[in-house]
Parts: sequence; C-alpha cells; structure tokens
Amino acid sequence: MAQVLPAERDLRRVIGDGDAVPDGEVDGLTEQDLLELYRSLVLLRTYDERSVVYHRQGRIGTYAIFWNHEAMQAGSVYALEDEDWIFPSYRESAIALLRGMPASVILQWWRGHPSGWWNPADYNVAAICVPIATHVPHAAGLAWGKKLRGESAVAIAYFGDGATSEGAFHEGANFAAVTGAPLVLFCNNNQWAISTPITAQTRAKALVDKAVGYGIPGIRVDGGDVLAVYEATREAVARARTGGGPTMIEAVTYRAAPHATADDPSAYIDLARVEEETRNECVGRYERYLERLGIAVDPQIKVKAQETMRRGIAEAEAEPPADMSLVFDHAHVEPLPSFESELRELRGG
Amino acid sequence: MAELTLLEAINDCFHVELGRDPDVMILGEDVGRAGGVFRATAGLRDRFGPDRCFDTPLAEAGIMGAAVGLCMAGWRPVCEMQYDAFSYPSLDQLITHVGRYRWRTGGKMRFPITVRMPYGGGVRAPELHDDSPEAYYVHTPGVKVAIPSTPADAKGLLAAAIRSDDPVVLFEPKLHYRTMRGEVPEGEHVVELGKARLAREGTDVSLIAYGSMVLLCEQVADELAGECSCEVLDVRTLKPLDEDALLATAAKTGRVVVVQEAPRTAGYGAELVAVLAEKAMLDLRGPVLRVTGYDVPYPYWQIEDAYMPSVQRVANAARKLLEY
Ligand SMILES: Cc1ncc(C[n+]2csc(CCOP(=O)(O)OP(=O)(O)O)c2C)c(N)n1
Ligand SMILES: [Mg+2]
Repeated sequence: MAQVLPAERDLRRVIGDGDAVPDGEVDGLTEQDLLELYRSLVLLRTYDERSVVYHRQGRIGTYAIFWNHEAMQAGSVYALEDEDWIFPSYRESAIALLRGMPASVILQWWRGHPSGWWNPADYNVAAICVPIATHVPHAAGLAWGKKLRGESAVAIAYFGDGATSEGAFHEGANFAAVTGAPLVLFCNNNQWAISTPITAQTRAKALVDKAVGYGIPGIRVDGGDVLAVYEATREAVARARTGGGPTMIEAVTYRAAPHATADDPSAYIDLARVEEETRNECVGRYERYLERLGIAVDPQIKVKAQETMRRGIAEAEAEPPADMSLVFDHAHVEPLPSFESELRELRGG
Repeated sequence: MAELTLLEAINDCFHVELGRDPDVMILGEDVGRAGGVFRATAGLRDRFGPDRCFDTPLAEAGIMGAAVGLCMAGWRPVCEMQYDAFSYPSLDQLITHVGRYRWRTGGKMRFPITVRMPYGGGVRAPELHDDSPEAYYVHTPGVKVAIPSTPADAKGLLAAAIRSDDPVVLFEPKLHYRTMRGEVPEGEHVVELGKARLAREGTDVSLIAYGSMVLLCEQVADELAGECSCEVLDVRTLKPLDEDALLATAAKTGRVVVVQEAPRTAGYGAELVAVLAEKAMLDLRGPVLRVTGYDVPYPYWQIEDAYMPSVQRVANAARKLLEY
C-alpha cells in the first residue's frame, strides 16, 4: 500500500529576509535561470500595473488585479516544459505571456474584444476560467488523457483559496488522484475570496491538508518566494511526469490589491496588513535577494517589459472594432440555419 | 413613498422583512461583511447579526443545499447567487431537491426558499456575468419564478417570495440596478406573485416582456408613438403566469410581440407564444413574433449590443405586424 504522508504545514522558503532568515538556494539553477525568473516577474508586474492604469483610462474593462501574485505564477511556470498545459483562472489572466503570447491578445480579452480568443493548443494554455474551480476537472481530464495516450505532458491548474470550497475543486482533485493524472493542483491562497476571509472559507488549519483526503502529497510554500514556488512545482512536476500522480501545492500569500478594479476592499480588509504585505511584495523581495547574491540585473529588463505593454495596447487599440457578425461565429462547427436570417435582421435587412 | 433605485428597493425590503420575521435569514457569497458585491444586502449584517446575513464559503450548490436543510430546521432562507451564471453549480440542488422536496414529503413539509440573483447583460463585463438563465428555472417543477422591472416591484416581489411557502427564484435586472429610480412604498410592501403589470396602455400592438426588456418595450412604444399605440405588458411573474392578463392584451390589440433577452430556442418567450397559440388564436390578426437574444453564448462585451434586442428590432417586429 502506498503511504500518504501528512501534508506539510511549514511554509517552504528559499529567499531570506536579509536579516535573521538566511538566504537559501535552489539546486541546479544557474545565474541565467535566476535572471530568467526575474524577467518573468517583471513582465507580469508590468502587465498588471499597466492594466490598472489602462482601466483608469477607460482603455480596458473591469480587470482582476494580480499584483503580488507574480511569484506564484512565474515560479511555477518556470518549472514546466513547453508541452505542459496551464489552466489559468482570471487571476492568472496574463500567464500566457510567459509562453510568448502577445500582450495584445490578453488585453483584448479584458477589452471585451473577440480577438482576445486564442487556440489553447497554440500555447498549451487553456482559456481563462471565470466560474470558480470549474476548470479543475478540465485539467484533471487533460492530464489523464495525455497519460492514457502515453504522452509525457503534465498539467497545472491555478485556483484560489475560495475555490477549494467548490464541488468542482473536490471532484477534479479526486478524479486526478484516482486516475493518477499528472496534475499539479496549484492553490493561490491569497487569504481572501473577494470580501470573504480564509477563516470563513475553511476550518482547516492549512488548505493543503485537503491533499491528505485525496491520498496525494501536499506541499505548502511561501507564495511570495519565487524560488520556493519554483522548487515546489519542480518536485510536483517531476513526480507527475514519472507516474507519481497529482500533487497539491498551497502557495500562501496575501491579496494586497483590490479583488478587481470594481472592488473597494477598504470596507473589509485589514489595511495595516495590506501595508505590511505591500512592503514585502514578491518582486522587491526577489530583487533584494539577487542583490545580496551580487547578481546585477539589467535595467533593460524593465524597459523591455514597458515596451511590450506599449506595443500590446497599441496593437489592441489598432485592431478594427469587432464586426457584429462575430456574435454568430464559433458557437457551432455547422452554424444553425437560423443564423443567416438573424444576421440579416441584425444588419437591418 | 420614497424615490429609490432598484438596488435600494431590494435593500429596503430586506430591512423590512428581516425586521418583521425573525426566521428570515440571508446566505450567500460576500453578502455580510461587504454587503454583497452590488451592496443589495448592505447594513443587514450590522443590524441583524452575522448569522442572519451570513457569508458562506464559495459554494453555490452548498448554499442551495444548505437552504433545504435550513428550511427543515424552521428557517426561511434567502439565497443570493452572486451572478446569473454562477448559479449554475446550484442547479443540481434546485432540480433534484428544492423543487421536489415538498412533493416528496406528501406535502407535509414546506420549503420557503427564496433565491435571488442579478441577471442579464449590457454591463460591459467579462464572460459569464451577463446570462439570462430564467428558462432553466422556470422549467423546474416545484419552483416559482419572478422578475421585477421596477424598484417598487423589486421590493414587492422579493417580499412576496420571502413570505411564500414555496421556493421562489427572483432575477433582478442588474443593468438597471443603479440607474433606474422609482417610487417605492415605505414599510411593508408585497406584490402578489402571479399578477402581471400593465406598464403602458395601448390599442394597436402588445409588447410583452419582463425584467430589463420592459423598459426597452416602453422605449419602443415612445418610438412608435406617431405610428401606432403600443400596449406594454410586464409579465412580472413567469411562473405562475398571469394568463388572464396575457390573453386580455392579445384580445385587445390582436397583435403581439414577445421580447426576451435570453437565447431564443425554448426560451420563456416560447411559452408565452404557446399559450397564445392555444388560447388566443381567434383574437390574433397575425402571427405572434418573438424578438430575442440569439442561440449563442452571450458575446464578448464589445459586440454585446448586437446580441441584445434593440428598440429597432422590436419596432420592426411591431411594424411587420401592423402591415400583416
Ligand atoms: C462559480 C462562481 N461563483 C462565484 C463567482 C464570483 N467570484 C469571482 S471571484 C470570487 C472569489 C474567488 O476567490 P478565490 O477562489 O480565493 O480566488 P482569488 O480571487 O482570491 O484569486 C467570486 C466569489 C464566480 N466567478 N464563480
Ligand atoms: Mg483568494
């Protein structure tokens, strides 16, 4: 009988605090890898900060902010191969940037323009999932399906702390466990689901304890520590790829920004805590780590990220307005016969 | 009478009903501390305590299922689904239990559950914040369904739902949450379920709608004022349907356009048309026409206006009937 260890409760950390907590390092990561991770962090951070500005300027619609979530996304994606599949929630809307998707595509998604669609198979990144936790079974199915075909790809599904309360999370996790699907269940525990705190979401001391119930390993990691996230994901991915089945990772962080541009958290959040988390945000933490290691970062990294965004928004805005006929496109492979006359009616004919 | 927005009218209703009946409790995601993402339940947690305006875990099936058990324990739960499309995980509980449990007890037990949710599009939101799912609910035996189109009815129908011993599902037109103002009776105000509202009297064409499409139909009536006289019937309660009101307006004008935001096929409009086909045949001077959303997933918001029934589409349908 396979033995299931209790899930870890202690947060794995690599990056120290420059004081009492010493810096660690991750086996096998070169200086180039460390800089590559930094590039990813900066790209995501820039995307996020620019998006909030674009929203204020009325250039994109409602937007789910992921400020201080970048380490979880950059660290985990860096542990994947290109063949591995990513199932993002709205919180990871820009994660496909790390797979080379143009920023304009994601910006168009938030601009409500149909060119914000993409073919998941082009990037091995599934569509952005809006209904909470409903993509977890998709990721389980993809991973299982790849395994059945003898392929080596693994999948990773991103979801929040709130998502662990949904039936779909449970069903997806259990399905993956039973089928031995090569899946990483990546929980972004930012301790809030809009206004609902983690204490109202669960009585579990740690969300990763749920792994025990599925008979799978659980890892708990500091979600603001890009290296710890990378290392934890690498371990989970290696296990998945070698037939060891799914792993649940709980990355603990704190939502230092509003849930989305339409949200005002001042009514429910602990502002002192937000300030503390903001001071300790994940990109700055990593910058200070690199500094302590004596690794210089090229200022061009930030400049390039800004350029990516300038180009992204320019390309998005240069796109012609979506034609209304798109309303009828893609709903079926064989369009319904009614669409033709309806389109004529729509065009005023 | 106070002048309130639709949202304020809902909130006002909750203050009255929770104050009136200690068994009424609200449960849903973010309804307590935040007062709901639209603030429909603002101030209730402070006034009535966290147990009567309860922030649930993020689990719609859990909310709906727990409501069944809460009824068994003597409560009158009011469930908030945060958005139309996010109610779908709860449909299992609705269909397999909420609509059947009373029947399963031989009528011995009551399930006075109210479910309410913002519905509909036009708000420039990301995917799945725009659905009009009323047909799924109407089609569920054992469940009543109402959709207000004015602040006064938002208050009155919610009060009726809360007081009803049957499960009632309410859809609130989120497009008009903050923009529509109207006179709302103060204190207790109940609008009986099963009664339509004649929103506008007319003689030539009947425009029949509910929810956010009622205002659209009134705009059509204005638009066509020089050409014909439109009657606008607000169905208000989809189940049970006020057949008398439906047949009366059909008999009066002989020309009927049914307007619905939801996709066309097997939408609620089809039910209205079927009733007219069964019972108003001899009164009609032409076919009953439908103006609806299309049989597609609700589109990305830059092209959502193309999906929505428009003044022009409804007016064209009315003109077609006049020429018939
Ligand atoms: C099924 C479903 N119910 C409700 C919502 C509305 N909603 C959007 S985000 C959110 C909170 C999610 O919290 P969590 O899972 O912790 O993820 P986070 O937003 O913190 O990343 C809710 C309730 C939804 N999108 N889907
Ligand atoms: Mg969260």
